[in-house]
Amino acid sequence: MEVSMTVNGTTYTNDVEPRTLLVHYLRENLRLTGTHVGCDTSSCGACTIIVNGETVKSCTLLAVQCEGAEIKTIEGMATNGKLHPIQESFREKHGLQCGFCTPGMIMSSWQLLERNPNPSEDEIRHALEGNFCRCTGYHNIVNAVQDAANKA
Amino acid sequence: MGDLIGKSVKRVEDNRFIKGEGKYTDDFNMDNQTYAIYVRSPHAHANIKGVDTSKAEAMEGVVKVFTGKDIADAGIVGSICGWQVDFKNGDTMKEPGHPIMVADKVRHVGDAVALVIAEDRQTARDAAGLVEVNYEVLDAVVDPKKATQDGAPLVHDDVPNNTIFDWELGNKEETDAAFEKAHHVTELSYHNQKLIPNAIEPRAALGHYDSNEDKYTLYTTSQNPHMARLIIAAFVLSIPEHKLRVISPDVGGGFGSKIFVYNDECGVLWAAKQIGRPVKWTADRTEAFFTDCHGRDHVTDAKIALDKEGKIIGLRTKTYASLGAYLSNFSSCVPTYLHGTLMQGLYTTPAVHVDVTAVVTHTVAVDALRGAGRPEAAFAIERLVETAAREIGMDPAEFRLKNFIPPFDGVKQPGYQTQVALQYDSGNYEGALKKALKNANYEKLKKERDKARSDGKLMGIGFSTYVEACGIAPSAVVGSLGARVGLYDAASIRVHPTGKVSIYTGAHSHGQGHETTFSQIVADSFGIGMEDVHVVHGDTEIVPFGMGTYGSRSLAVCGSAIMKSVDKVKEKGARIAASQLECSPDDLEFANGSWTVKGTDKSVGFGDVALKAYVPHNPYPENEEPGLDFASFYDPANFVYPFGAHICVVEVDKDTGEVKVTRYITVDDAGNIINPMIVEGQVHGGVAHGIGQALYEGAVYDDSGQLLNGSMLDYCMPRADNFPMFETDTTVTPCPHNPLGVKGIGEAGTIGSTPAVVNAVIDALSDYGVKDLQMPLTPQRVWGAMQS
Repeated sequence: MEVSMTVNGTTYTNDVEPRTLLVHYLRENLRLTGTHVGCDTSSCGACTIIVNGETVKSCTLLAVQCEGAEIKTIEGMATNGKLHPIQESFREKHGLQCGFCTPGMIMSSWQLLERNPNPSEDEIRHALEGNFCRCTGYHNIVNAVQDAANKA
Repeated sequence: MGDLIGKSVKRVEDNRFIKGEGKYTDDFNMDNQTYAIYVRSPHAHANIKGVDTSKAEAMEGVVKVFTGKDIADAGIVGSICGWQVDFKNGDTMKEPGHPIMVADKVRHVGDAVALVIAEDRQTARDAAGLVEVNYEVLDAVVDPKKATQDGAPLVHDDVPNNTIFDWELGNKEETDAAFEKAHHVTELSYHNQKLIPNAIEPRAALGHYDSNEDKYTLYTTSQNPHMARLIIAAFVLSIPEHKLRVISPDVGGGFGSKIFVYNDECGVLWAAKQIGRPVKWTADRTEAFFTDCHGRDHVTDAKIALDKEGKIIGLRTKTYASLGAYLSNFSSCVPTYLHGTLMQGLYTTPAVHVDVTAVVTHTVAVDALRGAGRPEAAFAIERLVETAAREIGMDPAEFRLKNFIPPFDGVKQPGYQTQVALQYDSGNYEGALKKALKNANYEKLKKERDKARSDGKLMGIGFSTYVEACGIAPSAVVGSLGARVGLYDAASIRVHPTGKVSIYTGAHSHGQGHETTFSQIVADSFGIGMEDVHVVHGDTEIVPFGMGTYGSRSLAVCGSAIMKSVDKVKEKGARIAASQLECSPDDLEFANGSWTVKGTDKSVGFGDVALKAYVPHNPYPENEEPGLDFASFYDPANFVYPFGAHICVVEVDKDTGEVKVTRYITVDDAGNIINPMIVEGQVHGGVAHGIGQALYEGAVYDDSGQLLNGSMLDYCMPRADNFPMFETDTTVTPCPHNPLGVKGIGEAGTIGSTPAVVNAVIDALSDYGVKDLQMPLTPQRVWGAMQS
């Protein structure tokens, strides 16, 4: 099936198998490999992206469901070479180690701060419970989100 | 040294990761690439009566289907065990083979039976579903202790009683005598449960064979690419080592599970040659649950003996350690030399005896997982110590302080010789605990606990103090203990003509921040900027050699190799500088990036010397080779012995049994610290992993060998809302035997935390008379214990 969507400001049209997951479309058809696959049960959150202004685990959607959608992936978070403040904060606060969960974490953090610009620690932890990290114990991820909130 | 060491320098590797530009194995693709899916056994134990691949092969888009018979016909033996631990009576360790795919019998759910290769991933998956395997299902055994009983189903016909070896360490007679004269004995029996590693990046491989050069390339998720090359070339596929390039690019976490050379990756490389096209395989998460090496799985009886003053006079453990269905690379050393040797802990215990029976079961192979043997030892000791203190009515902190080995720095005081083979390098155990007590404000905390209890709340305080052995290890020592490898590491420093520096390390970073830490030490050593230094790792074609990253060894071992190369650069640099300054090298001192004639202002800079090394004339020392490029191998003189004290505070919900960790206080001592930010981050992650074991995680098998929680929906992974902010601190007791005075911090958090959490929960439940609970401490278990 043909599907057309705008990803990080560029419109792509591709012929895909109807069963192709959005995450596989992004990674394999568009070669946007910043979005990661960490599980097969929509548990880990590594594939979290923004579809029409809301975060979605991109393993839970078929590519063909995104006809006409506006999509932003981690590769589109920086603008004109300038990092998004959340990206800056992850670096500043050592909110990442191996980096594999990081794109999804940044996306989920973005969603939280869109909805709640001044979240408490508990609210941050709650908002990120759908994103697994094995490296950081989440401690510095929470610090990074708080830091990003403070910058805004 | 300059001023970078000891600073929380921001990580140089982060730029690519925060932009989604990290390059992990599955991010690589090759022209004409195919996709592979393994067909895996749904049964834990079954005879294979037949495999029919015809329907799969007939499917459009399928390139090839291989089976266990193809592997057997090719004479491929599969991956190997790298450490021989023989029976007490001298009999040789049993080493059942583990073919890349099995032809006759499956021995755990997930055992590979066939490999389907197709033009795309979906076709490969569809075709895998068409491979028909006729199984004759057999009884299975999953419990390590039951596996040794007569009549238990055998995992391998040539391994009687499923026993791979039995092993002991320490003095049995003296320990018997200690227990006979003991004033008080505390006993615990428990299952240190099987854990699933769950690095967030699943394992993956991309194999390529170039027939023109007879050259293999394997991109793979490995913590130690050179070891992968050696094992694959020399043992598994019998190909010339110099014709195999292993590239381990960015790796999304390892925690031990990516140390090992798995058959799956070997099969991908082998298949790439057979079909003459690149083959890509990426495990899905379910597959990871059924094939990544698991951790722990010890069934243990542990005892501690006290005299009437509350001094520990003896400790003994008997453990049945599962190795799973097959022997993974380091599986035999984890329950022995990484476990038994730590069983004295940080106490003066004069008699210790450790007995381990290593067994095979119909479960996924068990090998090193963050801590690897040491968490199991710390759990035994620290649960015993805390329980014993409670039983004799002594404060657990006071009990520990009474029994600690007194401080020793390994320089003025000698290292401490334990009853179980190791000689600790340096330690100040009371220093760490006293600092933790102060940071926790223990006296106030106890009052809070009393108040909470009088208010009807179940608050508990738990301790754990640990010493661990990492920075593995002196090759001669491990060789004498059965290791079939040396455990040195290697690092090269190439100073370029313009004075810029490349560092090539055998250590492999998969989250540890080597690109930053190693740059800090080299930039500081040469008095140049971080931006003038670049770290290269993970490619056997570029990095000369190395033994990889595990066992918290990168800085202690590879960092020391780096320092050896630094010294060589400086020595040669001094000779070049001396020729320019018309003096003897002995007249020079190096500081702030320059060689200066002592007592004068005559100096020459690092960059000038570098250039001179590559433009070697006018002047240049006679008979001096051009260039400024050195490789070094460092074989450590001893293990390094980090230690620390952890205090956990919990609250247990009376109605649901749910445990909430409300405070977690750590004081860890990893010797000198290069980057405090990275050290703290390692502690955070380690503590979370250890709390995960205490409260949430654990493989659940039924009696038929089915893993009942083999997905992230079913296996409880620790989440952001499970933890408080951790209160970390350090003490510094330098390692006396390596150039940087460093120890290791990657596993400390995991080793220290698990018993602290369990101790805290038992404390919270003290009014209910609960003395022990099996991990994980789920609400169901805790609530159940409160009701009984």
